[in-house]
Amino acid sequence: MKKSLWLFHFGGASCNNCDIEILACLNPRFDVERFGMLLVGSPRHADVILVNGSINKKGKERLVEVYHQAAKPCLVVAIGACGCTGGIFAEGDTFAGPVDNIIPVDAYIPGCPPKPEAILAGLAKLVEAKFGKKKIPSPDHTKKIDENEIVENEIVTNEKVTLKK
Amino acid sequence: MVLHLFYFLVFPGLLFAGIVGGLLSWFDRKVTAWVQFRRGPVLMQPFYDVMKLLLVKETIVPARGSVITFLAAPVAGLFGASVSAVLILLPAFGISAGFRGDIIVIFYLLTIPSLSWAIGALASANPLAAVGASREIKLLIGFELTLLLIFAAVILKSGMTISLYEIIALQQENRVLAGSLSGILLFVAMIFCVQAKMGMVPFDIAEAETELSEGAFIEFSGPPYALIKITKYIMLFVLTALVAVLLLGGLPVDGISLLWSLLKILSVALLLVLIRNTNPRVKIGQAMRFFFIWMNGLVIIAIILSYFGL
Repeated sequence: MKKSLWLFHFGGASCNNCDIEILACLNPRFDVERFGMLLVGSPRHADVILVNGSINKKGKERLVEVYHQAAKPCLVVAIGACGCTGGIFAEGDTFAGPVDNIIPVDAYIPGCPPKPEAILAGLAKLVEAKFGKKKIPSPDHTKKIDENEIVENEIVTNEKVTLKK
Repeated sequence: MVLHLFYFLVFPGLLFAGIVGGLLSWFDRKVTAWVQFRRGPVLMQPFYDVMKLLLVKETIVPARGSVITFLAAPVAGLFGASVSAVLILLPAFGISAGFRGDIIVIFYLLTIPSLSWAIGALASANPLAAVGASREIKLLIGFELTLLLIFAAVILKSGMTISLYEIIALQQENRVLAGSLSGILLFVAMIFCVQAKMGMVPFDIAEAETELSEGAFIEFSGPPYALIKITKYIMLFVLTALVAVLLLGGLPVDGISLLWSLLKILSVALLLVLIRNTNPRVKIGQAMRFFFIWMNGLVIIAIILSYFGL
């Protein structure tokens, strides 16, 4: 799994800057395919979900749904200031919490927007932390999220989502 | 019996065709990367992908759809691809003579992967997969007639023999079928048919990553998707081998001609990849019109030309 991470891109209510920087990782200058990473279109094939943008109340349901649709084991990376903390939207009315309040996050890549180099470095560190020899502790969750809470939050719009309870 | 199992599972069948197909698929991705001035993946990348899907990922089955059909479809596709690999590669390498009429069996076996993927997609009860499956079937109707006409033309050109081994032997005695005017027309049509059969870019209407997000394969995850990947690798190798067998004089493996066989496979694959990288995706109607009018016309002209011995 270490050498073939397939990325699924989830854009929240983003200003599109992070989206463009993620796409810049695919271009000839940065070329993530040399690490075996591919952008896939279906969450069923995803190994890493890249979440960027502030997550608002509508987007939260979608994010939870996409997280459940992905085949486990699946890692989550929060990209950009909005994905990590909420950024300038943190006190907004429709803001539904940074990504790690909704689903467990394995890596944070801060920046507004993060440079493609930063995204590549973050993904490399994620691989090193998860599969490498040297154990890097994964980020502490100040608020522990348990699976049951996620299930309660979910509004079942797509009944094909199979849950392992 | 043991020999047949060996043929099916190890040498020209599942294992060998899977490995060579995986390498060809790496060649495809690497050349694509070079065309786009990128570095591209490492040599073992297709195998890493398959191992990851096979060993690490979980299998998600649709709650609404038919689970047995959904899981049986990739297996059926893999079966069709490996049996056609055996039937094509054994005569191509000159190991066994096959049987009379195997070219017709091969034609039907090559349809099984596309058909089983469409059935599996429909069993998943996903609307996007259903659209993908219906497009796959439409495309199948489009190019299958052209492929059948190409087979007919090859049979006509090689003096009404319907055994693959005799067609190869005839080409090795005289000259390759692509060496004549009608043969060149057949080669062009055949390349486009292979392109459509592989679902490569001008005809990747069924998987359409941007609008259908992988289309027919959207619901497959983990080991079933690994089987689909292996089937695709085998099909890539088998179809390039089929072009080489029908029109370029087979794949002899003795001495220096091994190099020629390798060159044939690689150059056909290179042609496919370059077409893939320099064309946009066509609409389903355009693809059908392309095959029904232009490609069928081309092959019929080739048949008429070969009737006059050109």
